[in-house]
Amino acid sequence: MAILELERLSRHFEVRPGFVDRVVRRKPSSYIKAVEALNLTVGHNEILGIAGESGCGKSTTCTMVAGLLAPTGGDIRYKGDSVLDLKGAGLMEYRRRVQMIFQDPYESLNPRFRISEIVAEGPTALSLWDGDEIDERVNAMLNAVGLPHHKYADRYPHELSGGERQRVGIASALVMEPEMVIADEPLSMLDVSIRAGILDLFKDMQSQRHFSAIYVSHDLSILGNVADRLMVMYLGQAMEIGPALEVIRNPKHPYTRALIGAVPVPDPRTRRAIPNIRGDISKPIDPPPGCRFAPRCPHADASCGERFMELDTADPHLHQAACHKLDVINDG
Amino acid sequence: MVSSHLKRRLKYLRLALVEHYRIINANPLSRFGFWVIVVFTLVALFAPLIAPYDPWEMVYDSEGNFAALQPPSWEFPMGTTHLGYDLFSQLVLATRTTLLIGATSGLISIIIGANIGLIAGYYGGKLDEVLMRLTDILYGMPFLPFIIVLIALFGRKLEFVILAIVLIIWRTSARVIRAQTISIKQRQFIAMAKARGASDFRIIYKHILPNVLPLLLLYAAFNIAWSIITEASASFLGFGDGETISWGGMLYELWLSGKTRVAWWWFASPSVCIILLVTSLVFVSRAYEEVANPRLRKR
Ligand SMILES: Nc1ncnc2c1ncn2[C@@H]1O[C@H](COP(=O)(O)OP(=O)(O)OP(=O)(O)O)[C@@H](O)[C@H]1O
Ligand SMILES: [Mg+2]
Repeated sequence: MAILELERLSRHFEVRPGFVDRVVRRKPSSYIKAVEALNLTVGHNEILGIAGESGCGKSTTCTMVAGLLAPTGGDIRYKGDSVLDLKGAGLMEYRRRVQMIFQDPYESLNPRFRISEIVAEGPTALSLWDGDEIDERVNAMLNAVGLPHHKYADRYPHELSGGERQRVGIASALVMEPEMVIADEPLSMLDVSIRAGILDLFKDMQSQRHFSAIYVSHDLSILGNVADRLMVMYLGQAMEIGPALEVIRNPKHPYTRALIGAVPVPDPRTRRAIPNIRGDISKPIDPPPGCRFAPRCPHADASCGERFMELDTADPHLHQAACHKLDVINDG
Repeated sequence: MVSSHLKRRLKYLRLALVEHYRIINANPLSRFGFWVIVVFTLVALFAPLIAPYDPWEMVYDSEGNFAALQPPSWEFPMGTTHLGYDLFSQLVLATRTTLLIGATSGLISIIIGANIGLIAGYYGGKLDEVLMRLTDILYGMPFLPFIIVLIALFGRKLEFVILAIVLIIWRTSARVIRAQTISIKQRQFIAMAKARGASDFRIIYKHILPNVLPLLLLYAAFNIAWSIITEASASFLGFGDGETISWGGMLYELWLSGKTRVAWWWFASPSVCIILLVTSLVFVSRAYEEVANPRLRKR
């Protein structure tokens, strides 16, 4: 059975017009449809990658799964049970088991907490163990992420480098012994030279501790390295999903093809044909019901703007694209 | 064996105290202010032991003459009043009253102000609306008529002086703390605390409060300074506590005696004390203003 299932998960943000427009002109609110009818299944011990450009709803999806943002539609099921109405002990258990690693290691660590206090925060807040055991586990966790506790435990975040801070972020999530980790672009704020180290740490931790994960990035080469399966999003909709390497080597959806074309390929002989993307990426404000990539898609016709294809993500081996025009595209 | 956890907590507490001492010590003015406050506090604590006479005891000099309206001398270091009371003894006991009123109303007002600011800022919405309208109403309340009515109703009592001061000064700290809370609660480390399982209570008091602490200490010092000035004004106008003597009360007695033009010493000591203590509090609070943003701190 899957550990996490998202069923038609949606999040709309209301944008209210100014006072005069609202009251005098009776202009209705508009909605940013940041995430729309997203289906997703994550299996035990699986790393699911989410790729997509800035603003496509990756972080919104992550914060909903982490229980930090309420969805406006759809359902999140953890081990088969909906988590949307969780309260009290059930919510605490969910919070413990599903942990998030944040994007910005400069903003996500409390500047007035010492490193040991930051890592101990989750276990202390949820009273998972007694004080001495929490300390022991915190020390062990710091050592495990490559920050010897006798050197780092008493420091403040501002005394650490970006890479060290992100290690603290990872330690503070993993000390809770999560079954599911949501990593929202954990490398994007870091210097390129240290990314590989942090990525290796994440992979090592996953292979030792066997947690499931959602790993978000807009860098497809990282996702090809870390993820088992890959979902590509565009303006809040899922465009394509499948085994990671297959999606990258053999993209089906016109958007994925464009995205992969945009990734620099080191070997010039493997350069792919790049379909041009027309138009500009924008915010999904009151979008039409159909495929949101349609306005920029070289293959789109009128029907694309009217209906959207939802993916069926239950079968982890299936490689699917949310496009009605696949036959036409592949022939042409 | 002492628990290792407890040892770590004690170590962090010690380091925090060292850090506060370092902040105060970093700057000569705040160091001066700190020691002035310490000295006044000691005087207030041991006032009955320090004062040579009762504040309302008629004193006689070594030759047995009634010592009325004497300028400062070896026998009466701060002089005497027209009724022959020793001003040094009065000043020492007045220090106790003034500090008691200043500290109590300063601390009560910062505790009320901080909690209202934190809760309104953190929860927002209806609760914020209600609490902020409440402070708006208090902004429209003038201090003097308010305390006059209070005293007319209940008499000249220390508790009512404190109550009146608290009701007037908590509002500013509430507003400032609320604004700071609103900006801090949107930072990502708050989302992280929530993701790690911290409750609202824990987020407010363990995550937000330490981040508004420098501002809080700044306003605590302001509030105490303000209470002292306010108490002095109220006492000078005759609305202080009738049973005890405060610095403002000493000035009121001087005014009543009609000797203002003659007895400069009677005027000097309480005024200097008020100015010295209030500026000391401001100096110390300045030191905290500089650490309000930890990222500006270099070590
Ligand atoms: N609180 C909010 N109020 C209004 N709009 C929001 C809010 N949060 C996100 N959005 C909008 O929702 C859309 C998706 O945002 P999201 O942060 O999920 O994107 P992202 O894929 O994580 O992008 P990035 O790669 O830049 O992190 C954006 O258009 C954003 O402007
Ligand atoms: Mg994001």
